[in-house]
Amino acid sequence: MSARPEALRAAARADLDRLRARYPAQFRIDWAARARLAGLLGLLLGLAALGYWRLDFSMARIFHGLGRLGSFAVLMLPPSPEGQFWTFLHALGETLGIAFLGTLAAAILAFPVAFLAARNVVPNPFAHFAVRRGLDVMRSVDVLIWALIWINVVGLGPFAGALAIACSDFGALGKLFSEAIETCDRKPGEGVVASGGSSLHRIRFGLIPAVLPVLASQVLYFFESNTRSATIIGIVGAGGIGQYLTELIRVLELKQVAFLVLMILVTVAAIDWVSTRLRRGLIGPAAR
Amino acid sequence: MGSARGLTPLPPEREAALSGLYARATAAARRRTLAGLAIVAVLTVLAGLIAEVRPLVFAENIGKFTAYIYQILPPIGLEHPLEDVRAWYWGLPKWLGLLGETILMAYLGTLLGGLAGFALSFVAAANLVRSRWLRIGAKRLLEVCRTVPEVVFALIFVIAFGLGPMVGVLAIAIHTTGALGKLFSEVVENIDLRPVEGLSASGASWVQTVRFAVLPQVLSNFASYALLRFEINVRGAGVMGFVGAGGIGQEFLVAIRNFYYADVSAILVLIILTVFCIDLATERVRHRLIGPEPH
Repeated sequence: MSARPEALRAAARADLDRLRARYPAQFRIDWAARARLAGLLGLLLGLAALGYWRLDFSMARIFHGLGRLGSFAVLMLPPSPEGQFWTFLHALGETLGIAFLGTLAAAILAFPVAFLAARNVVPNPFAHFAVRRGLDVMRSVDVLIWALIWINVVGLGPFAGALAIACSDFGALGKLFSEAIETCDRKPGEGVVASGGSSLHRIRFGLIPAVLPVLASQVLYFFESNTRSATIIGIVGAGGIGQYLTELIRVLELKQVAFLVLMILVTVAAIDWVSTRLRRGLIGPAAR
Repeated sequence: MGSARGLTPLPPEREAALSGLYARATAAARRRTLAGLAIVAVLTVLAGLIAEVRPLVFAENIGKFTAYIYQILPPIGLEHPLEDVRAWYWGLPKWLGLLGETILMAYLGTLLGGLAGFALSFVAAANLVRSRWLRIGAKRLLEVCRTVPEVVFALIFVIAFGLGPMVGVLAIAIHTTGALGKLFSEVVENIDLRPVEGLSASGASWVQTVRFAVLPQVLSNFASYALLRFEINVRGAGVMGFVGAGGIGQEFLVAIRNFYYADVSAILVLIILTVFCIDLATERVRHRLIGPEPH
């Protein structure tokens, strides 16, 4: 494969001037595009410089900190639970419980609301606009902030964490669900209506069978990503493994920290594996 | 359903035969669904026990949630609403400064992480790197960066580098490296190799080939993923202050812990508005980059 392109390349090189003369449009330099590109790069770099200056970056601090990080890395070895293995395992179970309950509650709440937010189910533009913006507000509040709010209501502990995940994912899942419903094929629904079904029949037999696998796969995907966010929710006191992680980092018990991080990595990898399998089963091999 | 709107109903024996067939055809699917539901129910009970779900406490205290929302509602009266709004946003200059800091943190973190992810994605791409171990090493590295939440990095970095927004930027950058590196390498693995061959056949050097055959294929997708990540990072940078890593989070935590109700709602509204605007702006740009296709 390499011999022919080399020969072609040599021929093209030799013929370059005549090629230029023959195809002036292809060789012309587009100054406007270059100016736009330079402007964009200048903007990106300018913003970066502004950030560097405003956020007190300093190379001295970075190098100093890197040295300390190096010594931390040594302190992390070997990772060991130091006798707290069962405590950690329980906390990990709690984390998984938070992620599971939060995702499930979010999915159950988002399911009916998503139909209200879908253009092809509720044709009233004001209704679906309002529902969409409401979902957007839920979504743009971070999980940790939701956790702080729920701690005020149900007290410290994993329950607040589950509620926090349910709230922030309710917004995200509602949006994704309604998009899935909107892109759905309308012909089965028309068939149901034509053979005498009511509009509820249309949704039950024309829409839901088509969207359910897609929605289920999205829920699984969120469960995956929620196991990650459930690990940090303990930082504000909402249960799970994050509580131990925060405390142990603060007191520099780095061997235990390393052990916890390894536990999290293994769990997340296992859940990724299981849920990828399940999603493949649900919507075919196209799932990532 | 059979007799609706002028449709002639089927003869009874025919209908019985058809519905029998239908029931048999759906029985297997129904059993599977029921089994799935049973598994989910068992898991729910288990998770509920472990996560200490207390429905009674919840029912008892749900009033507190509405009360809390009511309490953080801004104290705006009808007599002089403008003055009330001004009092509500008494700290606006400071908060806007912190919000700007938050956005800059997200930007710089996305930029640094994007550059690192860009470099690593070529090492992790199966169609460009022959050495299996190098590729697997790069993939695992990206996975670790992606799986450990950014707040955990921030907690460790705060001890190593000291408090401040720089720590937040570094934490966001590392997490972004993992997330974007994976997406970038998937894009690189899916490029069409024909333009590469075509360019090299018409006399281009390796650099020119990459510039004119590879970059045009991947750049719009890269930019779109980076923008999506920027949007996520703005949300993440908002809570970096909870662990002392800069941005508006610190101020918010103080307000919520000390029950400064009006401040809580004021800052919350600012954060929501910012996230909203950035959402809309990035969505516009992304649609222009890759066409109107979700994700």
